[in-house]
Parts: sequence; C-alpha cells; structure tokens
Amino acid sequence: MSFPWANEYKPSHPLMVWFDQRLPLPRLVYNAVGGGYEVPRNLNYFWNFGFLAGFCLVIQIVTGVILAMHYGGDTSVAFNSTEHIMRDVNWGWMLRYGHANGAAAFFAVVYLHIFRGFYYGSYKAPREMIWLLGVVIFLLMMATAFMGYVLPWGQMSYWAAQVITGLFGSIPLVGDPLKEWLLGGFAPGNATLNRFFSLHFLLPFVILGVVILHIWALHIPGSSNPTGVEVKSESDTVPFYPYYVGKDGWTIGLFMLIYSAFLFFMPNALGHPDNYIPANPMQTPAHIVPEWYFWPFYAILRSFTQNFLIFDAKLLGVLAMFAAILVWFFLPWLDRSPVRSATYRPLYRKFFWVLVIDVLILGYLGGAPAEQPYVLISQLATIYYFLHFLVIVPIVSSIERPDPLPFSITESVLGSDGAAKLEAQG
Amino acid sequence: MAQDASIDTPAVTDGEGVRRRDFINIAAVSAAGAGAVAIVYPLISQMAPSADVLAESSTEVDIAAVQPGQAIKAVFRKQPVFIRNLTPAEIEAANKVDVSTLRDPQTLKERTKEGHENLLITMGVCTHLGCVPQGAGVGEVKGEFGGYFCPCHGSHYDTAARIRKGPAPKNLHVPEYEIAGTVVKIG
Repeated sequence: MSFPWANEYKPSHPLMVWFDQRLPLPRLVYNAVGGGYEVPRNLNYFWNFGFLAGFCLVIQIVTGVILAMHYGGDTSVAFNSTEHIMRDVNWGWMLRYGHANGAAAFFAVVYLHIFRGFYYGSYKAPREMIWLLGVVIFLLMMATAFMGYVLPWGQMSYWAAQVITGLFGSIPLVGDPLKEWLLGGFAPGNATLNRFFSLHFLLPFVILGVVILHIWALHIPGSSNPTGVEVKSESDTVPFYPYYVGKDGWTIGLFMLIYSAFLFFMPNALGHPDNYIPANPMQTPAHIVPEWYFWPFYAILRSFTQNFLIFDAKLLGVLAMFAAILVWFFLPWLDRSPVRSATYRPLYRKFFWVLVIDVLILGYLGGAPAEQPYVLISQLATIYYFLHFLVIVPIVSSIERPDPLPFSITESVLGSDGAAKLEAQG
Repeated sequence: MAQDASIDTPAVTDGEGVRRRDFINIAAVSAAGAGAVAIVYPLISQMAPSADVLAESSTEVDIAAVQPGQAIKAVFRKQPVFIRNLTPAEIEAANKVDVSTLRDPQTLKERTKEGHENLLITMGVCTHLGCVPQGAGVGEVKGEFGGYFCPCHGSHYDTAARIRKGPAPKNLHVPEYEIAGTVVKIG
C-alpha cells in the first residue's frame, strides 16, 4: 500500500520508460525502498536495524559464496581446507573472519531489531504477519548458523553437531531413528558434514526469500513508529529516499566501524580456541558451549534436570528451548493492549525491562559451566521467561491504564498539529 | 448454453450420482499423489545411514591388560566404548544402591555378563545429548558417584555407569557384546 500523497515513479529517460512498460522492476524498487515509500517522520535509531540486518545478509552471502570456492565439504579435507583458506588463499583470512564475525554481527543486529519490536509493539495488528515472518527468519538464521559452525570440522564443530542432533534423539519413539536419519550415521560423520554444507549454502537464499515476504508484508500497512499512532496525514511522513536511505547509510558506517574492529583487531574474540583442534569423536572438550548468540536458549535447555511425570528431563529441556522461540508466534494475541508503544504503557514497560534483564541473565548462564549455583539461577530465570509471555503480558494488557497518546505523529514531533486543532474545534 | 445443459445431465451421470468426470478427477489426482509419494520416498530415504556406514558393525578388543580400577576406550561405529575393570570396592558401591531409587532402575548384574561382573562395558556416549563422559581416562573427573561425569551438562554416573544426577534420562547404554577369553567382540 502506499499513502495517497506518495510520490509516483516517473522515469524521465526514454530507456527507463521503455523498460518500465515491459517490466516494472525499477517501479517496484522505487516504491519499496525509494522515493515512493512514505515513512513516519519520527522514527528513531531503533528503526535502522532492519536495513542493517539486510546488509548483514548481503555480507554473509558474498563472503560465504567465495569461501565455498575454497572449502571442501568432506571430513578428510574440511579442517585442512579451512586452514588453507586462512593461510594460503589470497585474503582468505579476511573472508573467513569476515564471515564468522559477520554471523555474530547479524545476530547482534537482529536481536536489536527484535528488541525494537518488543518495546514498540511492532507485532500488533495490522502488522502480525511481518512479525510472524520475522520469527521464521530468526529460526532459519539459527539453523543456518548452526550448520555453518559445523563446517570447519574442529572440536567445537563436531560436538555442536553431536549435541544439537542429540536434541532430536530425545523425541519419544521416533527419536533415535530420526537422529540417525539426520546424521546419516550413528555419530556425526562425512554424510553429516556434506549435507550441512549443502543446506548451509541453500538456507541463506531461503532467508532472502522470506526477507522479501517480510518487506512485502511491511509495505501493506507501512512502518510503525515510536508513538505507535498510525499515520494520519501527509505531514506525518517523509519519503524513504532520501531521508531514511541517508540515515541508514550513516548507521551502516557506524556498523562497519564496529564490525571492522572485530574483524581486524580481535577476530577470535567471539570464537572458541578448541575449534582450532581437528574434530575428535573420542574426546569431548571440557567446556562445551555454543556461540554467544545461542546462550539464552542453551541456558533454558540445561535448566531441566529432573524428570516430570512421563517426560524425561532431556525432552523437557528440548521442548522448553524450542517453546522459548515458538511463544513469540503467539505474542500478537497474548498482548491484547490496543496501545502499541511501551512509551505509553507504564506497567508493561517495567515488565519489559525485567524481561530484558532476565534474558541477559540467561545469556550469561548459557555461557557458564553446568554447575551450581548457575543451574538453579537458570531454572528461576527460565520460569520467569515463560511467566512473562504466558501470564504477565496477558494480565498487564487487560488491567493496565495507558498514558494519553499524542493526537498524531506530527503533534508528537512539533508539539502541535493543525489537524488536531481542527478536530478539537469540531 | 441451454443446449449444453441438456446434453450434460443425462449422458454422464450413472445410477449412483457419480459423474464420469468426478471419477476421472479422483483417479487422476490419486495417480499423481501416488506418483508424488513414490518420488518423495527416495528423496527422504537417501539421508538415512548408507550401506558403508551400516557395514561398520563390530569391533574386537583385547582386554588382557586392563587391571582392576583401570578403563580403556574403544571405538564402535565411530563412537567411543568404555571397557572398565571394576575394583571390588566399586562393585560393592554399585550393589549397595537401592535400585528402586534410581532414575533408570538396573542392577550391576543386569548390566554385566554372568561370571564377568567386574567387566563393565558401556557406550561412552552420554544419554543426554551425546557427549563423551569423563572418567575412563587417567586423571579424568569421575563425578560425585565415582563412575563417569559428563562435562557438557553435568550428568553424574555411578560405578555401574547408571545415571544418578543431572539431565541424562538413561544409564550409559550397554551394547551387545560377547566375551571369548580375553577378547571382547562388540556388536
């Protein structure tokens, strides 16, 4: 959709006119991320992370396709070909470090993008589909990152494959055959590595496809904004180009500074030294943890240590870990408050920040050893996590008295809005 | 149009009200569905363990040099197997436990062969998520119950390799094996 006052695509060059009449692709781009897309004028910097996430996906696809030209997806050569990239291939070290740190950067950006969605209620009607597709993208990212982590076939790679496919082994009845089917063997081996390489190459393009759906769904109602008040008139919006293209360009510069700091000065800061040891099926590393971006979910997995009724602890941990993300799918219907932005929701805002702290605690615990007191704290933090979504959010949304909303986006920016005055008179 | 209708109604309806066209539709969609299933089956089946993986079926280990209190690691289907020669004290510790209090109730006797109660042979694969527990190698942590300890998520196994504490649901799996003299044939 576009607002009635949005600019129309008017090609001036005869070639572009000719092209537009036969394939209106430039028109599509103009209306999607150009002067034809009208965006609320009051967006803050939290609205920059979607564009940045797209930029990260491009970094990953470009570096990844090049890495695949030098990598061998076979257990006999995988580790050595990774070292070959690091030592022998021209600029190979930069491409591989760029890809590994790019994955971390992608998750950092996406977590901030999700944070924005939670705080400003971006998941609420009429934007539920954007949110649902976003959760799908996040799940695909997790699968892609996991399979990519296995490819260097170091110790952490091997044991990540063993532990994560072990999750599927916990499913009653079909668990063991399912695990053997996923691995193509009884333990991670050549068949596993080869299929992970194939899927790791495929999934980013699936993500790209869902990203296009995500943006398509976004353009039906248009972008939300920090007040949560819908666009009412022309004075509430500015065209995406040049205003937000310029702003997004500036944050890409900032992003590149931080990304380059990691890439060039501390490329292994987020990795594990054990992954520079070739995979050894006979020896588990003493301290086995996933990459930092999986820590909160890993803490939830490990917090289940007792059987409950007919369910064993392992299955409960696995179910809870998946449920921790799947519960996001239901958020648009669990949160029944008609007010979107937490800025105008005093009670929800307090619980929102408690949840942020809870997730940070879970993140810390996911990276800690599986010992007391960490296990007990992660059990409490896991209980709170689910309490937030299943109990606190529905109750708060029905008992809360929100603060008064501004009449319009324009009023929130300028302090007054001609249309508001007219309505007050009428 | 009227002419079409007059031809259509009596000519293609049989006694039970099923038109020939319905039958052809159902038959065509069923055939296509059966064909799709036939195509999908090999696409799914190709991911299962291949013939060469399945062929690695058994392992033979000479255990003559394993003294009481010692343990060795062998390889079976690319996974570690622990072969442990229990000391009398370890056997006594395992037998002293009230089996009904265990998460996966089994006696040491059920987990070993007749006449070889000191010889505990288990997979070295934690039943939680598949890490290799510590305790078989020299100087490794044996956990709170003197058997094995899995460092990944903190599962403790006792001297009969039974799960006692932590998230693992089952005792360390005892593979099929035969003892002939000093040679153990696993698988």
